[in-house]
Amino acid sequence: MSSTKNTSSQLRVGDNPWVKWLLIGLTLLLTAILLVVPLISIFQQAFMEGAAHYFSSLLEADTLHAIGLTLLVAALTVPINLVFGVMLAWAVTRFEFPGRKLLMTLMDIPFAVSPVVAGLLYLLLYGNNGWIGSWLYDHDIQLMFAWPGIVMVTIFVTCPFVARELIPLMQQQGREDEEAAVILGASGWQLFRRVTLPNIKWALIYGVILTNARAVGEFGAVSVVSGNIRGETNTLPLLVQAQYEDYQAAAAFASASLLALLALLTLLLKAFIEWRLERSMKLESDKEKKTTA
Amino acid sequence: MATHLSAADTRPRHKRVLPGLSLSLGTSLLFISLILLLPMAGLVMQSVDMGWDRYWQVITDERVVASYKVTLWAAALASIFNGFFGLLLAWVLVRYDFPGRRILDALVDLPFALPTAVAGITLATLYAQNGWYGEILESLGIKVAYTPWGIVLAMAFTSIPFVVRTVQPVLEELSPEEEEAGMTLGASDWSVFRRVIFPALWPALMTGIALSFTRSLGEFGAVIFIAGNMPYVSEITSLMIFVSLQEFDFPAASAIASVVLMASLILLFAINIWQARYLRRLHGRS
Repeated sequence: MSSTKNTSSQLRVGDNPWVKWLLIGLTLLLTAILLVVPLISIFQQAFMEGAAHYFSSLLEADTLHAIGLTLLVAALTVPINLVFGVMLAWAVTRFEFPGRKLLMTLMDIPFAVSPVVAGLLYLLLYGNNGWIGSWLYDHDIQLMFAWPGIVMVTIFVTCPFVARELIPLMQQQGREDEEAAVILGASGWQLFRRVTLPNIKWALIYGVILTNARAVGEFGAVSVVSGNIRGETNTLPLLVQAQYEDYQAAAAFASASLLALLALLTLLLKAFIEWRLERSMKLESDKEKKTTA
Repeated sequence: MATHLSAADTRPRHKRVLPGLSLSLGTSLLFISLILLLPMAGLVMQSVDMGWDRYWQVITDERVVASYKVTLWAAALASIFNGFFGLLLAWVLVRYDFPGRRILDALVDLPFALPTAVAGITLATLYAQNGWYGEILESLGIKVAYTPWGIVLAMAFTSIPFVVRTVQPVLEELSPEEEEAGMTLGASDWSVFRRVIFPALWPALMTGIALSFTRSLGEFGAVIFIAGNMPYVSEITSLMIFVSLQEFDFPAASAIASVVLMASLILLFAINIWQARYLRRLHGRS
């Protein structure tokens, strides 16, 4: 951030006011066209047929069911990936072991894989003809085309977020504080709760927010395994698609507006946490500078 | 207390003091095996089962090959656009102070926060013939919605943040000395940018473009609403997998998926190696 305010009298590239305001103007124009107007149009479309229609379409049974299912998926996905993310970040940043780099690359796979492929992977394994699926079928357990399948693919798609936020921070912070705590006799749980957790709190919350946003909004993977049964296995994004393809544009955008509101809330929280995170990273590097000096 | 410890003891670099290796590593490995590796093995088995001839026939089917081309082209154009736009955004966010800078910074992440299906129907509506943008473009004789350009647009939208977020930290940490020296010696802004700043930025820029490309290859939700999905013209590869699934042709779906999966794994490994070489200090923001 320090580079934003140019305290030296030296000129730097792009300091010419003409260049500066031209670049800022161009950026704002493109951002308005590409991001702001689309965002506004979601709400404009949602209220196209009036506020009464907007609220009545949100209160339809299918919509309420989709909201409930979406919340259920997020409520199951987030804690599971939170535990996994912390475990993985702890293993990778606190110990050296062969295959550590490979493990970190493997963790990134869900980011690189098309969500449709992700859905297919689960359908092949747990569908009625799959290795595990056929056994489950014999025992009357249905995972695919039902809510458990939706939760499973959502876990897959969102599993890297928490670890990815934690790893760079935990690497930077190093293990000295924790090692000191252990030498002073802290138990594993005390160590985590009293030493590690306060240090990683904001990154952890950040990871949770990103996981939640993606879990709520996942479309491709979920649409492969959901079976799209309206009022049963439709999450909110799937309902948006169903309504849109049914030529119920206003209803589709009404459902979409809920997701857009959540996205805005996510951005707001993210900005706040980034600010906190920046501060804690800065404190950390100041501390480092002091100790090395 | 530390006086009677030998020097070797005070630096326990290789001695494990911290607890939880077996618990954390065990959980991580179990989780990754169950969530990631087992399903991927299932895909490999399914593809092996179908035999080479049939596999080859499916993945080189004319309609599928057309979808590879469209997907690759659209993803390439979208990520090149984001290379420029992302660099511009990062530059403006880091170098200038202006009212609304914080809001702009937050807004950059909108494409990640907004569910792709929402982005899809929004873009499709805006760029359709009677939409806000579609009307203007129509009068200029340009059609975006329901053409391959719609695919480029949707891919570009969903991957805007990548380049910004990889270039931004590097630009922030760039030391001003060389740049100021160049300026003092009377070089033009452009030549200092080209000779001093750009060489420092381009590994990050390339990483951002590659991430944006990878994401675009796999993008589904935002694309299908605006693409029109005409066979041979505007079908993306993810859609071909989806179509095969709807026809209950699991082997075909797996075959195409294996191609997509292989491409994304190669890209992922390449990006990771590249990052390890050039960007040791880059924080991996998604």
